[in-house]
Amino acid sequence: MTTPGDSAAEIWPLWEVFVRSNRGLSHVHVGSLHAPDETLAVRNARDLYTRRSEGVSVWVVPAAAITTSDPDAKGAFFESPAGKNYRHASYYSKSEGVKHL
Amino acid sequence: MSNSTVNSDSAEADAPAATPEDAHGHVAVDVTTLDAELIEGPSFATPDVAEYALWLGDDSLILAQQLGAWISRAPELEEDVALGNVALDLIGHARSLLHYAGTASDRTEDDLAYWRTEPDFRSLHLVEQPNGDFAHTIARQFIVAHYLFELYSRLRASADATLAAIAAKAVKEVDYHRDHSTQWVLRLAQGTDESRRRMITAFSDLWPYVEEVFRDDPLIDRLEGIAVRPSSLLPAFDAAIAPVLAEAELEVPCGFVASGGGRTGKHSEHLAFLLAEMQVLTRAHPGASW
Repeated sequence: MTTPGDSAAEIWPLWEVFVRSNRGLSHVHVGSLHAPDETLAVRNARDLYTRRSEGVSVWVVPAAAITTSDPDAKGAFFESPAGKNYRHASYYSKSEGVKHL
Repeated sequence: MSNSTVNSDSAEADAPAATPEDAHGHVAVDVTTLDAELIEGPSFATPDVAEYALWLGDDSLILAQQLGAWISRAPELEEDVALGNVALDLIGHARSLLHYAGTASDRTEDDLAYWRTEPDFRSLHLVEQPNGDFAHTIARQFIVAHYLFELYSRLRASADATLAAIAAKAVKEVDYHRDHSTQWVLRLAQGTDESRRRMITAFSDLWPYVEEVFRDDPLIDRLEGIAVRPSSLLPAFDAAIAPVLAEAELEVPCGFVASGGGRTGKHSEHLAFLLAEMQVLTRAHPGASW
């Protein structure tokens, strides 16, 4: 993570922003931003991503704390479900009144 | 502010519903909507109430114009947006208040914003003070936001229903402005030696203009129960800023008190230049619209 003073550019650390648009839904990744610390990261997220009534809850996570899958290993990682429709639960009928399934 | 006419019915009918596919919404700049409290039924201000609305509206308008100058120039892109958001909130308050003030003299909010000259403005000297460096802007925001929060909190109980409704909406927004400036006062005061030096200088430069904010002009006596007596806000203001300044290890500056006089049209040397920039386009192209 870059901290102010580390480089000539003195860039604030990067944070990833997750917004929940409604009660009952999950937080969804909406983008990223720079902020000097977690308190201001939440404020900046509010200013950048929720000013047109998009959200009821905001999470921020240091971008450096996120571990990602390797884009070059896409085949090994994601290939196996292809062509195996018995892995899907599509043969069950959904009960009435279950939302967001 | 827009030059378009106010037509709430068609604006609401035409406004696209916020759907998940349209999470960021569409904004039509040629349609202006005013808050419900201003369009439901005829609501006319008496001359005294209009003057009071002008005081508060001008404070918001001038401060918003100042903050707009930070767009593209803030220390970080995120802060650019944050200051822009604060400015837009203040523009919203200014629109409601100037619209209401205009009902007493059959003038629109745009008439009041763009076609008055310096002596007709009623803004406080504090909001006219230049942006300075980032610390000056934050110090000015910190003082104004704490004052406005106490003001609108009490104005919600005004005997004037329109002022009360405007205050009820504005108080939540200035609460955030208070928080935003507080966060920065703490960080600048306790950051580097340079940021602390600048924060102290900014408060010293702006504190002479605080006295005028809490001064009771004669109009206040005639609006008992409608207006909020500025001097009555001072104890709450002092109590709210004290813990922040203590945490930041700052002291309330003492020194000379500026003359003030904004409420009677006697302004600082900065206002005329600000108005020239704000009004030039409307005056060059009267009646033009987007």
